[in-house]
Amino acid sequence: MKAQIIVPAFNESQIIFKVLTSLPKKLKGISDIETILVNDGSQDDTLEQAEKAKVQTVSHVINRGLGAAIKTGIEWAKSKNTDIAITFDSDGQHDSADIPKIIKALITQKADLVIGSRFLKKQKIPLDKLLINKFANLATFLMFGVKSSDSQSGMRAFSKEAIKLIDFKGERMDFSSEILYEAKRNNLRIVEVPIKAIYTPYSRGKGQKHLNAIPILIRFLVRFLR
Amino acid sequence: MITSIQLVLALFIIFAISRAYLRFREKVITSAVFMLWSVVWLTALIVVLSPPTTSKMANFLGIGRGVDFVLYVSLAILFYLVFRLYVMIEDLRHEITYLVRQIALQNPSKKPKRRRRT
Repeated sequence: MKAQIIVPAFNESQIIFKVLTSLPKKLKGISDIETILVNDGSQDDTLEQAEKAKVQTVSHVINRGLGAAIKTGIEWAKSKNTDIAITFDSDGQHDSADIPKIIKALITQKADLVIGSRFLKKQKIPLDKLLINKFANLATFLMFGVKSSDSQSGMRAFSKEAIKLIDFKGERMDFSSEILYEAKRNNLRIVEVPIKAIYTPYSRGKGQKHLNAIPILIRFLVRFLR
Repeated sequence: MITSIQLVLALFIIFAISRAYLRFREKVITSAVFMLWSVVWLTALIVVLSPPTTSKMANFLGIGRGVDFVLYVSLAILFYLVFRLYVMIEDLRHEITYLVRQIALQNPSKKPKRRRRT
């Protein structure tokens, strides 16, 4: 069974080497595991750091947003006939020890999309992050009819079927909710697994900005009306 | 009797129609878009040359004054055009991303040597 860990990155030179070297090189039940860094038009030496970590990279010549970078990673996984694709944030917010957990859920629970949820277990989460994520979950439910405890999570696992069928258009932060909608539209099984959230001053500064919610809502409305 | 402002506006509208026709002839805009702009500008021409028309329309629709009718219709058209522009910009953004993605996927870094199997 082949797996790809997709790491989208934009100007993450400070932390990317540490994140990439923390990722598993082998996993039980997976015969071939590869990390693909999607460099989203970084202006710093993110790419050099990734090459130093000896991972496969593809580069956007200009910055196109997180959603666009994830989709490029998914397209890469598709072209490699990958069985499982995992998305993993590059800002150090995730714990690589959670990767086996989401893969296990994908296999044992016969899921097509596994969401690593930061809110399923009790842990220290900054209030502003908690509120903005709750709002995003509510908006995802109201607009797409999909319930999720963490619609904006960056850690997900896709089955081969999900890699093939999920086709999202959102290029910035709006893609997260769209992935859930696409899974629902294609009758794919969604499972959530609790994961650890690591909030450092660095990852907090890099995460979803609060004011992003407004343009995201406008974009969704325009997509509905067009 | 045509006033000077009517003359200026009428000349401007004729100029605008001629521009739209030229863009259509150059195949920059489609026949449907040309028709749309022709209808918009010809309506404006009628309104300019015969202002009481707007009052008749305003009365018919229950709006107080003719000038209010013109304002409401203009606003609605402007909002719609802004919406179309927004959609067009979104489409362009998607097309740029598609190109950027294809370039990225066609030029991956050389495969790193450290790649293990279990």
